[in-house]
Amino acid sequence: MTAQKKKPFTVVGERLPRYDGADKMTGKAIFGPDVTLPGMLHGFVLRSPHAHARLLSIDTSRAEALPGVYAVVTGADLPPAESTDHRYARDNTFASDKVLYAGHAVAAVAARTPTLAEQAARIIDVEYELLPAVTDVLDTTRDDAPILHDDMRTRSLAGRGNKSSNVASHFQHMKGDPARGFAEADVIVEREFHTATVHQGYIESHATVATWSDDGVLTIHTTTQGSFAVRDHVVWLLNLPMSKVRVVPTEVGGAFGGKNTSYVDVAAALLARKARRPVKITMPRPDVFLATGPSSGAVFRVKLGATRDGRITAAQAELFYAAGAYPGSPVGSGANVLFGPYAIPNGQIDGYDVVTNGPRVSSYRAPGGTPANFAAETLLDELAEKLGLDPIEFRLRNHAREGDERLDGGTHGHIGGIEVLEAAQACEHYTAPLEGGPHSGLHRGLHRGRGVAHAAWGNWGGRSSCALSVNGDGTVSLVTSSVDLSGTRTTIAMQAAEALGLPPERIKPSVGDTDNTGYADVSAGSRTTYATGIAAIQAAKDVIAQMRARAAALWDVPVETVGYADGVFSTADALRFTLAELAEQVTSSGGSVSSIANVDVGEWGAGFSTHIADVEVDPETGKVTLLRYTVVQDVGQAVHPAMVEGQMQGGATQGIGWALYEGYAYNDAGQMLNANFLDYKIPTSLDVPMIETVIVEVPYPKHPFGVRGVGEPPILPPPAAIANAIYRAVGVRPDHLPMTPAHLLEKMGVIESRIMNHDS
Amino acid sequence: MTNKTLVSATINGEPVEFLCEPHQSLLECLRDILELTGTKEGCNDGNCGACSVLLDGQLVNACLVLGVEIAGRAVTTVEGLADWRGLHPIQRAFLETDAFQCGFCTPGFLIATKALLDRDPNPTEAEIRAWLSGNLCRCTGYDKIVRAVQAAACLLNAKCEVDA
Repeated sequence: MTAQKKKPFTVVGERLPRYDGADKMTGKAIFGPDVTLPGMLHGFVLRSPHAHARLLSIDTSRAEALPGVYAVVTGADLPPAESTDHRYARDNTFASDKVLYAGHAVAAVAARTPTLAEQAARIIDVEYELLPAVTDVLDTTRDDAPILHDDMRTRSLAGRGNKSSNVASHFQHMKGDPARGFAEADVIVEREFHTATVHQGYIESHATVATWSDDGVLTIHTTTQGSFAVRDHVVWLLNLPMSKVRVVPTEVGGAFGGKNTSYVDVAAALLARKARRPVKITMPRPDVFLATGPSSGAVFRVKLGATRDGRITAAQAELFYAAGAYPGSPVGSGANVLFGPYAIPNGQIDGYDVVTNGPRVSSYRAPGGTPANFAAETLLDELAEKLGLDPIEFRLRNHAREGDERLDGGTHGHIGGIEVLEAAQACEHYTAPLEGGPHSGLHRGLHRGRGVAHAAWGNWGGRSSCALSVNGDGTVSLVTSSVDLSGTRTTIAMQAAEALGLPPERIKPSVGDTDNTGYADVSAGSRTTYATGIAAIQAAKDVIAQMRARAAALWDVPVETVGYADGVFSTADALRFTLAELAEQVTSSGGSVSSIANVDVGEWGAGFSTHIADVEVDPETGKVTLLRYTVVQDVGQAVHPAMVEGQMQGGATQGIGWALYEGYAYNDAGQMLNANFLDYKIPTSLDVPMIETVIVEVPYPKHPFGVRGVGEPPILPPPAAIANAIYRAVGVRPDHLPMTPAHLLEKMGVIESRIMNHDS
Repeated sequence: MTNKTLVSATINGEPVEFLCEPHQSLLECLRDILELTGTKEGCNDGNCGACSVLLDGQLVNACLVLGVEIAGRAVTTVEGLADWRGLHPIQRAFLETDAFQCGFCTPGFLIATKALLDRDPNPTEAEIRAWLSGNLCRCTGYDKIVRAVQAAACLLNAKCEVDA
């Protein structure tokens, strides 16, 4: 459902078939694991079964002696570390002195077949000295916790700590006078929340093929969100010139932030160099859970105060985020999301980045935001309830406007959060009665409830590159270096078509590699349609300018007299060329016309999203059933509404998984117990209803067509929307993710202790 | 080296002979030996459905079938859906209703949908959701996939065109 308004565009806003669609229907599209090169060997990475151990020795001789084995590599094959960050990246490729999580890479083998490579890896003799492991977010901060990095000192505003700690850093945001703000409050609510580690859960595993030319050029075909990010990572770890590494991105079978990071590319490159053959590594699914992704498990202590008339006077929060084995959790963006939508006069946020014996965390769609939104929006709901206010009305009363100062520093730009809340308030779902609820009490009637949650996400701009080349028949080839995760070739080409005044079938978009395109940041941060779209529009404008000059030269008239509209160059004297007619002549009138635009987009529009969830809770089993779900979101301008709906529906469903099902389960030794898609359950088609969408369009003025990022905001609100619905259904407030039946039964007093312990 | 077995089967309507090791799954045989990489590996333990194929018309996970088991039998993979006239109606429905994002799970969903519509040309939404619950999609939230199956049923029953 799109809000009715006058349509200012010809191509933008249409539901067109995707350019890459047919190949994705027939199996022809080449994804990471589909790449094969002549003479290719198969690599297998040996991983530590222990969560924390000293690595005493590695003996690869038995593996090397196996017929059909071509190369074995370990950390000793990597150049020495030059800085702390370099050492972390190096050690996460292959462990050096210690293994820090079960799944930590220790060695790798290249052999004729995948089976043989695995067999050989299994007979590498590794001697470990076991150390106690810690996977819990709070346990790792205790004085008696096992220390992961002896040289780690807490970094904070006060400088560096003077003793070893698993707290890598501490930051603080302070605004106004929180103590005075809480003193002014009539109602104060306060809670602690725990959220489990979750995985991005893309269905395509990481896969890479590395091959060296005999003059020392490394080519890597890999599934990634950023070909240049992989190139730079490999260059950094192998100490190579950038020009000697070419990264060719494949189609990407899901990423969600998890393929911003390079995992097995360096291992494959080392094996390929030693074996003098192409080497492919495809990570088995358990390895993907054990050694890639995930997102941080976290703990929040949050406090909010408001006056009787529903004004928030103060907010205070402590955030602890598990980074896994090396520092770098998204606690910073968690703090951004926490109270992001609201104008709060006084507040303090303390964030802690802590290391644990788990895989090093990676981005996951709005990194760090979803658990923070769960904590803040659940508490906000409680505050609204205590004040007797409608949850949307309470949020509207406190919503930030352009120019308002944020709790985490900076000010709000041109935002559409109020429009989103108002659209949610007015939508049929929110106004429709819910049978059996709200407030149908425990153990009588239907246990149904409706919840809402609201979220803000900053989005991103960044560096992008787009090249356009006019062909002799008037079609235009478009090449970007932005990897296409779910349709951006189409949304970028649509913007080029709009700017060129051409029908979309005249544009032929493709994704280039690091040798033949300009630099681009990773396809992440909801930036690709936005920022690479800006590059495409710039290149289109330059193409038109060049073509106008050609028309002027051919007609022998001043260039200022040549106009261009809807694919036609013309003058007031009725001289007329369609773009195709002029294209036919350009190669014989001064050479081809092409343009490459490189941008570094420093401003971008934030995205706001409100979700409405209707749930039914079975009071005997604790099972939560989603009855109805609506996503309302400001997207600035929907370039391709069907794909925008898809982002909203898919993001919401990932958030639903985070809310109800997903979480790493660890044993006391720190080993993950559910590293497969059976025991780590992501939502199936049976777990979700149709996801209704309301697209709100508050154009972002810095983009020529008003576009804002779309992909990340919809993952934020589901846990809080569902938790708030559960509260209205059964009268208890969940404070753990996932909200398993065991957690709800415990909250309802049906059982005493939790059956299944997740990692937080 | 293990002794290899010669397997004769019909794949996408064509007679095929290939050598495989007894432990190799049908998924490995399709992808690594027969170069039919449209069938995807997502988990290799039967939990994601990305390797869905038809074995004598029955929906199976190719990772849970041994290559040697298909001797004398017929396999349909995603490569067998379209023909020289163009996309199969199920593929058209998925393409034109944007029922895919990354496209990695799509071959499995297309095959699973074919198996469903072959036995029940008019499934309800609940039946579609139950039937597809063995196929994981991390991108779409299933909404557009369920609608695409409904659109494909309509196309196959020659009742409608896809409303893109």
